[in-house]
Amino acid sequence: MSVVQIKEVTKQFGPTTALQSIDLEIEEREFVSLIGPSGCGKSTLLRIIGDLIQPTSGTALVNGKAARQGRIDRDYGIVFQDAVLYDWRTVAKNIALPLELARWGRKRRAAKVEEMVELVELGGFESHYPWQLSGGMQQRVAIARALSFDPALLLMDEPFGALDEMTRERLNIELLNIWEASGSTIVFVTHSIAEAVFLSTRVVVMSPRPGRIADVIPIDLPRPRSAVTREDPRFFELVTQVREALHLGHDTDRKAAAPA
Amino acid sequence: MARLVGRRLRDWVPALVVLVGSIALLEGVIRAFNVQAFLIPRPSAIATTFWDMRSSLWAAGWFTFQEALGGFVLGSGFAILVALFFARFRILGSAFMPYAIAANAIPIIAFAPITNSWFSPLDKSSKISIVAVLCFFPVMVNTLRGLTSVNPRALELMESYAAGQIEIFRRVRIPTALPFIFTGLKVATVLAMIGAVVGEYFGGALNALGVQILTRARVAQFQEAWAGILLACLLGIALYLAVVALERLTLRWVPSTFE
Repeated sequence: MSVVQIKEVTKQFGPTTALQSIDLEIEEREFVSLIGPSGCGKSTLLRIIGDLIQPTSGTALVNGKAARQGRIDRDYGIVFQDAVLYDWRTVAKNIALPLELARWGRKRRAAKVEEMVELVELGGFESHYPWQLSGGMQQRVAIARALSFDPALLLMDEPFGALDEMTRERLNIELLNIWEASGSTIVFVTHSIAEAVFLSTRVVVMSPRPGRIADVIPIDLPRPRSAVTREDPRFFELVTQVREALHLGHDTDRKAAAPA
Repeated sequence: MARLVGRRLRDWVPALVVLVGSIALLEGVIRAFNVQAFLIPRPSAIATTFWDMRSSLWAAGWFTFQEALGGFVLGSGFAILVALFFARFRILGSAFMPYAIAANAIPIIAFAPITNSWFSPLDKSSKISIVAVLCFFPVMVNTLRGLTSVNPRALELMESYAAGQIEIFRRVRIPTALPFIFTGLKVATVLAMIGAVVGEYFGGALNALGVQILTRARVAQFQEAWAGILLACLLGIALYLAVVALERLTLRWVPSTFE
């Protein structure tokens, strides 16, 4: 059973068609990136999976249930570009937030928070407040919080978009480690072609007006992926493939040169 | 005390120098130009009178302070409840907000003669009601603004946890609103003492501070009148500082309060 099943999902915002008849299936333990220019509907699609937006037509299933049930059952965790940590809570209490809402007992919460802090390598910062942390650290807290209740699915909306490139590349590797360790499925929205190729099992290229899937590109780079992977010739081939799919879909740049 | 208002003792030195310097300058100018007492008595004369009258002055001050405090607590408390209600039921908020904002601009003190006839002028309630209305609007408007200025992402996050409205209020809206509430409360403290004292100018018990200031001024006992005014100022500042101290204790997570 696929973790995510999108069937003919369409979303209208007034006269604008944000998404048109999207079909997508995501299997367990996949790492799927959604990439495309602004207005292609990738963030909208992510939110439809999370039942934060409802589709105009079509169905979105999470773990075989309607997306709404998936949200109520807390089948997914979500991470935004803005870490959205609560300023009045320490790191530990921020991570514990979903656990408090799920009415976990104090000991169980404390144990889980400790586990998550180790997972994202923020040991020693449990009693810090968000303003005392760097952007990268705040995002790590957000990831820890999203995974604290062991959801099967992790939705990420450009989580590293606001960080500098070095931090971003480092967090990419950390995210892959976390992904392996937790065994979850990840749907990842990004603007960065390199990031999409580096992280994913598949890259879904989207195009705008109306929002649709232009291409789905499997990434066959070996794992575990590391800094070395970014220098692999196959990496560059795949990046080029994604870039061309983006341009073809977008239609405003010159078309891919015809073979000589 | 200095730590409670968030400054090291030595940060106060420049301000203290200005204070002492101004008083000394005032004293000097009044003596040199023989400024008449009805304009402003010498600071040294005010201070001496203040000290001489201290027990009756304090009794009057305490009487008036109770009115200010009572109205402040009543008005602010009610304001926060109303703001919570308006934040929860948005349609009511948008229906009543324009009137709340307009009411904030009205000189509420103009109603003092009215409340004096509703309640006996000798009764503290006549002033408490004025102060309560004065405090209500700034606290309500600020609280409501705070409750509704939550980051939409933070709300989406709570939605992703399928959290109910009560949880959202408790865990997100109210903590977000706290700095705003304190802003409103600080404005209200300023108004509270003003409301009580000026309200008494329209009629009040003999042992009320405002009444005493007024009667002394009328019989040209200016040093005594200014001593009363000085006490009113000190009490107003004390109330303000009390709220600031409470703010520092509550908002431990705001970076600026760590200095």
